[in-house]
Amino acid sequence: MIARYQAIETILNHVAADDLVLSTTGMISREAFAILDRPGNFYMLGSMGLLSSFGLGLAVLTPQRRVFVLEGDGSALMSLGALPLIAAERPGNLVHIVLDNEAYESTGAQPSISSKVDLEEVAKSCGYAWVARVDGAEDLDRALLGCVLGDGPFLILAKVGIAPIAGIPRVAHSPTDIRDRFRDFTQRAG
Amino acid sequence: MANDASAIEPASFWRALKARELTFFSGVPDSTFQDTYNAMVADEDIRYIPAVREDVALGVASAAYFRGGLGGVMMQNSGIGNIINPLTSFNLLYQIPALLVVGWRGYGGRPNDAPEHWIMGEKTADFFDLLQMPYEVLEPGELESTLDRLLGAIKRRSVPGALLVRPGVLE
Repeated sequence: MIARYQAIETILNHVAADDLVLSTTGMISREAFAILDRPGNFYMLGSMGLLSSFGLGLAVLTPQRRVFVLEGDGSALMSLGALPLIAAERPGNLVHIVLDNEAYESTGAQPSISSKVDLEEVAKSCGYAWVARVDGAEDLDRALLGCVLGDGPFLILAKVGIAPIAGIPRVAHSPTDIRDRFRDFTQRAG
Repeated sequence: MANDASAIEPASFWRALKARELTFFSGVPDSTFQDTYNAMVADEDIRYIPAVREDVALGVASAAYFRGGLGGVMMQNSGIGNIINPLTSFNLLYQIPALLVVGWRGYGGRPNDAPEHWIMGEKTADFFDLLQMPYEVLEPGELESTLDRLLGAIKRRSVPGALLVRPGVLE
């Protein structure tokens, strides 16, 4: 098991200058913001479950750049129908990462059903081009090295711990500021 | 509906939308505009992603704005409930525009259409009023002017807007 903060650090270390990074509502966006805030990050403040659909649209429209989708197990489960849709559309540039702590941590760590449902098998049966389950930071690092533009869609199921970080700030940008800088960044994409 | 001489033909509808640079669509089919939906799927100038739910369609279509365009969602009014959360905490919050083309099943409420459409058929426009979103009711013969008015409001306010389509208006 990896600490989620460390998992997000590891992921962001693999992000190239041109890549788009989308993060879901709650702790994942707050931690991504704290670790590496950049114009190519889109912080989804609300709309739990919507991120992978937005990521699919962006991946289809920016085929020359990788699109990272960082969401939790709760978010992935809420929009589970998006998984077969992504697999059916087969965007080779989409890197879908589920940070699975088997809980709704932001609301008090209530259990999700992901301890009883194998999301790795779900992604495989949906037809993702490549699926990996990782339990440690080195495995995650190795999996990310395999996420080569054009070979996706990838799904990495990263088993992470429940470890809220005291005093983690909220995303400081306004929603329209997040939009504007991300739009400028995305429009420059090939 | 196909026999109704006043109904808008699919080719006219898509010609008008493509002329306004709407070429990226997602959605869930509706029988209100069955032929028009099929024409979109077959149109090589339109990139269409068949969504599994209306909220998924809105998430997908919203991406177009970030490439300098405007995305569209084709849907039935029964799917309005599925898009309230993305509308309030994504599109309206971040001011990300999109065009929603909404088939108005159960128009006028009971006893029109099948029972499952009665309540939403009566309340359809109320949802857009409540969210203070721009919307227009499409009428035969007024496609171009209605689109210009609606797309003008969508772009000026940078929010999603809905084109409401009653049965028989669009093939």
